[in-house]
Amino acid sequence: MADFDQELDASGLNCPLPILRAKKTLSSMSGGQVLHIIATDPGSVKDFDAFAKQTGNTLMESKEEGGKFHFLIKKA
Amino acid sequence: MDEKKLAIIATKGSLDWAYPPFILASTAAALGYETQVFFTFYGLQLLKKKLTLEVTPLGNPGMPMPMGMDKWFPVILTALPGMQAMMTMMMKQKMKAKGVASIEELRDLCIEAEVKLIACQMTVDLFDMDQKDFIDGVEYAGASSFFEFAGQSDICLYI
Repeated sequence: MADFDQELDASGLNCPLPILRAKKTLSSMSGGQVLHIIATDPGSVKDFDAFAKQTGNTLMESKEEGGKFHFLIKKA
Repeated sequence: MDEKKLAIIATKGSLDWAYPPFILASTAAALGYETQVFFTFYGLQLLKKKLTLEVTPLGNPGMPMPMGMDKWFPVILTALPGMQAMMTMMMKQKMKAKGVASIEELRDLCIEAEVKLIACQMTVDLFDMDQKDFIDGVEYAGASSFFEFAGQSDICLYI
């Protein structure tokens, strides 16, 4: 997994909390920085893709590892 | 990117139906939508400082119940005193266990994300409700002001 600036563990949280927490964390970051999100909600795979498309942030990576979902989002 | 707009009318005052408006409004706000929720009739219960929302299996054959009770438990018994309180307690426990946010939490997230919460003045008067019982920041207005915003919205939902 590529480098990241901040990490958000949203394990155990269900829709829409992972997205809302990610949005909140991203607002405290500067443009170009990368956020690593860990989630267990299977719906988050499609949701983070849709979140990135609609907010203009870049979803650099989305993968499942050890039963958890990992996302790298670069702030626009 | 032009800011999109979401307008929601929330009309229901039960624990289960409190979720759709707050989930959609908070998510839309996170996606950059300017969002307004107009609370009318029983939906006004969702704006109370002290939430006392409950779920009921009565008249709701689609509600899953523990031990498959929705399949064999006589409907009339769901009307027994205490059943509603018990089902509400079980639903809340289940939601907590599954990492589903509480209504209070989702509502706070909406407020934090500047979702505008509007109470229907007519219903407040109709039910003799007291503005003191509602959370701060609620605006009071009528149908006409809903249309002012809804008319420019990209998505408009009646819940």
